[in-house]
Amino acid sequence: MKRVFVNEKWCLGCHLCEYNCAFANSGSRDMAAALKGKRIFPRIHVEDTGDIHFAVSCRHCTDPICVKSCIAGAISKVDGVVKIDKNKCVGCLTCVLVCPYGALAPGEDGTMTKCELCLANTCGEPACVKGCPNRAIVYEERGDKA
Amino acid sequence: MKKYVIIGNGTAAIGCIEGIRSVDPDGSVTVLSRENHHVYSRPLISYYLEGKTDPERMKYRSADFYEKMKCDVLYGQSAAKIDPKGKTILTDGGAGIPYDALCVATGSSPFLPPMKGLETVDKKFNFMTLDDALALQAAVTGKTRVLIVGAGLIGLKCAEGLHGLVGSITVCDLADRVLSSILDADCAAIVQEHLEKQNIEFLLSDSVERFDGCTAHMQSGATVEFDVLVLAVGVRAETSLIRDLGGDVGRGIVVDERMATSLPDIYAAGDCTEGEDISSGTRRVLAILPNAYMQGHTAGVNMAGGAAALTNAVPMNSIGFFGLHMMTAGSYEGEMIEESAEGAIKRFFVKDGVLKGFILIGQTERAGIYTSLIRDCTPIDTIDAELAKKSAAYSIFSAEIRRKTLGGVV
Repeated sequence: MKRVFVNEKWCLGCHLCEYNCAFANSGSRDMAAALKGKRIFPRIHVEDTGDIHFAVSCRHCTDPICVKSCIAGAISKVDGVVKIDKNKCVGCLTCVLVCPYGALAPGEDGTMTKCELCLANTCGEPACVKGCPNRAIVYEERGDKA
Repeated sequence: MKKYVIIGNGTAAIGCIEGIRSVDPDGSVTVLSRENHHVYSRPLISYYLEGKTDPERMKYRSADFYEKMKCDVLYGQSAAKIDPKGKTILTDGGAGIPYDALCVATGSSPFLPPMKGLETVDKKFNFMTLDDALALQAAVTGKTRVLIVGAGLIGLKCAEGLHGLVGSITVCDLADRVLSSILDADCAAIVQEHLEKQNIEFLLSDSVERFDGCTAHMQSGATVEFDVLVLAVGVRAETSLIRDLGGDVGRGIVVDERMATSLPDIYAAGDCTEGEDISSGTRRVLAILPNAYMQGHTAGVNMAGGAAALTNAVPMNSIGFFGLHMMTAGSYEGEMIEESAEGAIKRFFVKDGVLKGFILIGQTERAGIYTSLIRDCTPIDTIDAELAKKSAAYSIFSAEIRRKTLGGVV
């Protein structure tokens, strides 16, 4: 399946991916109305340490520990995509406690958000990748583990 | 066609079913469920009292789960005895169910030390099951005075769940602090103070000497008047089926990393077991939901002839009360390294060059990066430890590791 991969050496640390992610998942048609002056809840996170910059989002692990650990049974893997059922999530943060990549965080309503590859929103493909000016994140097939 | 039987219908049982089906799509799976409920998330019962969920959303798996997994669930039935020679389970209803591979996933039950006068208390409850929560909910009004015996995870989550529904809550515990199984004294004091701001009262280092109707006479000489009593002293692993057969049992059913018990073709998983905690190198009952699922899944794969091992289990908890969140993992052994900020404290425990445990209060973002250091026994000298102390960031790992994990399939 296609996943989001990181090319760290090309990342400018511009954080555009975070804004594009938050917008794509806002349900709004107007980027300024969706993001301006508001706290945003992106599902991809850029780390900046000195000269090093890179983006981290859900790896859609072969054997996802978040799915096994969710106390509400709210996280599942469907067709390779790790998804959250926000209706079942109670915001206990157990998934945050176990994810080795730090890829989940609570959203505005306290339930968890994570990258679902924009497959269910209007973007239809990862908005972070689409808007990356330097191909520091790409959406492609690199084989699956057995 | 192989015959699988699972005794229990909680998280470990679901892990077991999914483990079996990942290897064997055809064998028959029979599940004995003592509770008359579709599998639900036990830790959500306090969220139910708070109104944050309901029995429908509490279902741990979809309504058609058993059907899709081709399982036969026998509700209201539990196992009275295992006949290992005849490879048959005898249910408490007297029926015999044959098995080729068996998983004991019986969980735990409330532990009740003898308490004088307990029989004089009219309204008393445990807080383990959905039925407990429903009964408790029905028994309280906005004026009810609640006494909770036990300031552990169950007692305090019960207090939070009841908070908006009752008049007053008093919590007592023999321990000198709240959450004594997961917090040290300083951290427990922070949590206690936070709970006291919600008008929850504590009587610590104290226990009930005797009950007399609606009065608890404490060892300290204090008395507590209450209308409803919740007993949350502790839990005990349900080991009797294996103990009765002479199988290895400590505080829980002893299992190896494949979840096999000492008896042939009998596996065990979840809160009824004790397995290795790699952070302390000791055998412990790790009565937490993620562990129950992972043990169950491991057992299921092995029961069906696959090969699975659970080799990196550690205790871990993510829990919040009235907006204050905390996460703990591993064991608090070795050197303590502390990092604190306004409204937040982090304590790390390092021994033999690896992170063994942590306590985080108020600042829990991306804590799984820390947990994975414990589970993977990552040598501290291979990461940027100074950065790690400040924040849970993936930058603590080397460029080579980042290239492999963020640029490859994991």
